[in-house]
Amino acid sequence: MLRIDNLSAWYGQARVLREVSLDVSAGEVVTLVGRNGAGKSTLLRCVMGLHPGRSGVIALDGRDVSRLPAHRRARLGLGWVPDDRGSYATLTVTENLTLPPRVGPDPWPLERVYEAFPALYDRRASAATMLSGGEQQMLALARVLRMGARLLLCDEPTEGLSPLLVRQVADLLRQAKRHGVTVLLVEQNLHFATGVADRHYLLAEGRIAEAMDNSEVRSRERELLAYLGI
Amino acid sequence: MTGFLQNTFNGLVSGAFYALLALGLAVIFGMLRVVNFAHGAFYMLGAFGAYVLLSEAGVPFWAALVVMPVALGLLGMALERAVIHRLTRLDPLYNFLLTFGLTLILQDLVKNRYGVQSSPYATPAELSGSLDLGLFDFPTYRVFILGFTVLLCVAVWWVLSRTRVGLVVRAATERPELTRAFGIDVGRWVTPVFGFGIGLAGLAGVLAAPMRAVNPLMGADLIIVVFAVVVIGGLGSIFGSVAAGFGIGLVQAWGEAYLSDFPIVSQTAVFVVMAVVLLWRPAGLFGREEAPA
Repeated sequence: MLRIDNLSAWYGQARVLREVSLDVSAGEVVTLVGRNGAGKSTLLRCVMGLHPGRSGVIALDGRDVSRLPAHRRARLGLGWVPDDRGSYATLTVTENLTLPPRVGPDPWPLERVYEAFPALYDRRASAATMLSGGEQQMLALARVLRMGARLLLCDEPTEGLSPLLVRQVADLLRQAKRHGVTVLLVEQNLHFATGVADRHYLLAEGRIAEAMDNSEVRSRERELLAYLGI
Repeated sequence: MTGFLQNTFNGLVSGAFYALLALGLAVIFGMLRVVNFAHGAFYMLGAFGAYVLLSEAGVPFWAALVVMPVALGLLGMALERAVIHRLTRLDPLYNFLLTFGLTLILQDLVKNRYGVQSSPYATPAELSGSLDLGLFDFPTYRVFILGFTVLLCVAVWWVLSRTRVGLVVRAATERPELTRAFGIDVGRWVTPVFGFGIGLAGLAGVLAAPMRAVNPLMGADLIIVVFAVVVIGGLGSIFGSVAAGFGIGLVQAWGEAYLSDFPIVSQTAVFVVMAVVLLWRPAGLFGREEAPA
């Protein structure tokens, strides 16, 4: 579904991604792990079309999208879950949910979103930034499900969440996967990552250092945690 | 008491002009991140256009009230496509140079043709005379301005808060990059929003023609106060700009009425209010600190 070929990215003169190549098949959940500053978020931003300084190919369903602006990529089925949760202060919860157009074959109706997220229903008329951090994270995920996005780009969806909420996010991603949604996930929480993902890429200094499956991550958990500095 | 109410009413009427101009500046700044220093010149063009239409073609006030905002809105859209949109990638200094330069060009074009003296514009017959408001009489035309402006602000508020277009404009104003990532072509909305803001300035100009002296510098005199209004309301805050517009109109009217022995105080009151507001709330009364993109 997603193929990245020789992707390099710069912030001014500083090169943050070096010839990264990876692919994600339809229906897979793949994580990018790595230390802070390894280039994980930049990689997601490149896929979404939000990072101007880059070279290489980003292909979606075999089509090179690397020259398309972000809004065109979204309309091809990319769902953006930014690291700051992307809540709009001037929009209510319902407006945050209905802002993006429906782009995929299976967009969630608003009623279904609110059934799955009763806390959001209770706060539907509040400004989105008045919600708790966990509720805003749910809102960010609910928004891309309502869009019907086929490929979710999730930047640390569990950051700062309580263990209970982390389990909820995991349930949600597994549920989305069952419906055929593909997920590319930046994650530091290895336990969470092995619980939801099929495969993992370790990113170090802008390169793919290793590709691992779940059993490998589990057996090397201690080593990886030490490496990640957690 | 009657005097106080009269001053208050006058304050609200001048506040209506501030509100219309500040509202346009706010939507333009919100969507384009451009501070339009030429806004006063478009206000002047609205008034002058109404004057020229009436004196040279016999076009009445009511027609000018429609024709001028539409024509200036279209001119604004053309300018946005031709030059304004280039500002997004440039240093903010260019924003100042370009829009201030436009002001000088527009003012001097009018000056060259019509000179600097003020031209009279007759109040439309339907709105001349005065209305008995119970406690005092008030010029009908001013009552009309106040009612019309309030209706217009309510209509803009309704569009922004209740329609799909308004939702997109609010989202793009708050976080343009994020909004693109949600599949919305923010760029497509920029030109019409700029035209709309300019159209409002033109409308304010037409409304001002029968009440204020129509001359090439009328916008330059007003726009300084309008910028203070926008800063007080919170740059980019649509509600804040309207509320601060009416508020500053009141402050000025009360200052002129009750501090007339201290002209320095009443003339600078707006800027004192601005300084105090900025010390207390640096983002303005209804402004928010810029969120990261």
